[in-house]
Amino acid sequence: MLKMTHLSKVYRTEVVETYALRDFNINVNEGEFVAVTGPSGSGKTTFLTIAGLLETFTGGQYHLDGVEVSNLNDNERSRIRNEKIGFIFQAFNLIPDLNVFDNVEVPLRYRGMKAPERKERIMNALDRVGLASRAKHYPAELSGGQQQRVAIARALAGSPRLLLADEPTGNLDTQMARGVMELLEEIHREGATIVMVTHDPELAARAQRNVHIIDGQVVDLAEDPRFHHAVHQARANSPA
Amino acid sequence: MSGMFFHNLRLGATSLRRNPLLTALMIMSIGFGVAASMVTYAVFRAVSGDPIPQKSAQLFVPQIDNRGPQYNRHGEPPDALNYTDAMALMRAHKAPRQTLLFQVGLSVMPDDAQRMPFKAVGYATFSDFFNMFDVPFQYGQGWGPGQDESREPVVVISRALNQKLFGGANSVGREITMDDRHYRIVGVTENWDPKPRFFDMFSGNAYAMPAQVYIPFNYAVAQRFDTYGNNNCGSDGKRGDDWGSWLHGECVWVSAWVELDTAAQAEAYRQYLDGYAREQRAAGRFNWPPNNRLRDVAAWLDYEHAVPPESRISLSLALGFLVICLVNTIGLLLAKFMRRAPEIGVRRALGASRADIYRQFLAEAGMVGLAGGVLGLVLTGLGMFGIGLVFEPQIAQLARMDVSLVLLTLVVAIAATVLAAFYPTWRAAQVQPAWQLKSN
Repeated sequence: MLKMTHLSKVYRTEVVETYALRDFNINVNEGEFVAVTGPSGSGKTTFLTIAGLLETFTGGQYHLDGVEVSNLNDNERSRIRNEKIGFIFQAFNLIPDLNVFDNVEVPLRYRGMKAPERKERIMNALDRVGLASRAKHYPAELSGGQQQRVAIARALAGSPRLLLADEPTGNLDTQMARGVMELLEEIHREGATIVMVTHDPELAARAQRNVHIIDGQVVDLAEDPRFHHAVHQARANSPA
Repeated sequence: MSGMFFHNLRLGATSLRRNPLLTALMIMSIGFGVAASMVTYAVFRAVSGDPIPQKSAQLFVPQIDNRGPQYNRHGEPPDALNYTDAMALMRAHKAPRQTLLFQVGLSVMPDDAQRMPFKAVGYATFSDFFNMFDVPFQYGQGWGPGQDESREPVVVISRALNQKLFGGANSVGREITMDDRHYRIVGVTENWDPKPRFFDMFSGNAYAMPAQVYIPFNYAVAQRFDTYGNNNCGSDGKRGDDWGSWLHGECVWVSAWVELDTAAQAEAYRQYLDGYAREQRAAGRFNWPPNNRLRDVAAWLDYEHAVPPESRISLSLALGFLVICLVNTIGLLLAKFMRRAPEIGVRRALGASRADIYRQFLAEAGMVGLAGGVLGLVLTGLGMFGIGLVFEPQIAQLARMDVSLVLLTLVVAIAATVLAAFYPTWRAAQVQPAWQLKSN
């Protein structure tokens, strides 16, 4: 589903070259739930933005759903983002001027979908996250957890092949975070491929697989013993 | 596609409601800029239009230098002819159609003795006048060449005068009395008053009241009717004390027009004028080389400055003001659009192409333009009342708020605003979704 090989991302200024990702390799299979972990500044979010075609990379190869994406133009990248990828952001990123229904509709509009199909998908997605009754509410009228659920509904409405989540519970209190995490697990059980960036060992423990990044490279989890231990602890404490 | 267009309009309306102050500033900026331009354009349009578009390239004014270089302004011959030269052109008959004219002012005596006499202003001219200038008739027609020669007291009156004297009935064949002479009416014109009155730039105000009567030139001269318009007797200003010296002196007071259908005819006529001037020189009347002109309607109006300079200046100033307003709008739109960079980042992440962003934000700008256009219409309407403060009343009254001006106001407002929005929209479309999302 998602395969990066020897991928690099360099930010260049006149005097400095900074490697955000270096010789980066990852392979996520269809239906997997992968947690990408690592300390702040390790390159997690850069990985996610490149994976989501929000940013280009400097070297290496990236195949998404079998397509090599390095040569795609801006329009093609937009189309793939729209059709194949669903995003869930830490800050929810709902559009404040639009109500819940219209927020979920945004990606469907860009796909050129007819109104009846849009409506059906939106209501199904809102139903799935338990917010069908809040369709006419505005983001400011919802709690943080509810806003993130709307964002998940927006990501799901287009039936993407890949869900990319960036610290999806980072802005939520524990109870709300648990609810959102359970929703993601449920979506995964239904067959979705999910790549989630987090620095929270408890969340990482609930994924099928952990990929740990330090200094822009994938490393063995054992190279970060404290985090490794924290994940183990979390797994041991997990009711499942 | 159209669904997305209306969706973008709805998004635009929502966004504009969100910042009412900013929106109002933009709308006012566009509205005032467009209104200033439209008011001055209405005046400019009224005074700069082609008064006879179907024939303006075929109608020419011959000018002959009968006074010599010492009396000429910038080397140009006088704007009219004296009687001698004017009649010489008529007798030579080198153009398919030709006419002379001078202004007359006659006292009309109504049949009804209870009514007071009144002044009617018009022209003494030749029969070709009506065909050359495509004068439309309500009743009857102009007189014929025979009546030019026989100096018959016939008259063509305007629709307005016919209304005043005969209640609008067909008066052809009836008589009217002017200056104690009886004239037989042969035709009644429709309301016809080209602006500017290109055929008589010499005699009077090009935007004056319409002519009411037309009588045969030869009859008017035979009756010794003095011109009611201008004359120019050169720097010494002597016009002579008697009719004979007025008629055969060098004062200019007759406007001449010829209709020449082809460039070859125009060239031949120029050569004829030069030949005529050489003949006059050989005869000892002119002691300077030929200095003639043959201008068509457009060149004639330009030469006569038919478009008042203040009209051009005010239009330029107003367009400058519109540009300043648009620059202001660019700044306001840029501020408004860039405040929405996070939204743009999200939309791009969710699959919006740059073209989608362009469409959304240009639609929003178009709505600002439309609202600015509506405000501009209101202000243009108000401005029409204020034109008289800047321009002469005769010019100010020409400016009209018609359907074409209404449409033009809206189109200019929308087009100008969308144009102004290109840079802010381009900036909006350049927003990198990754950076916007990372910064969150």
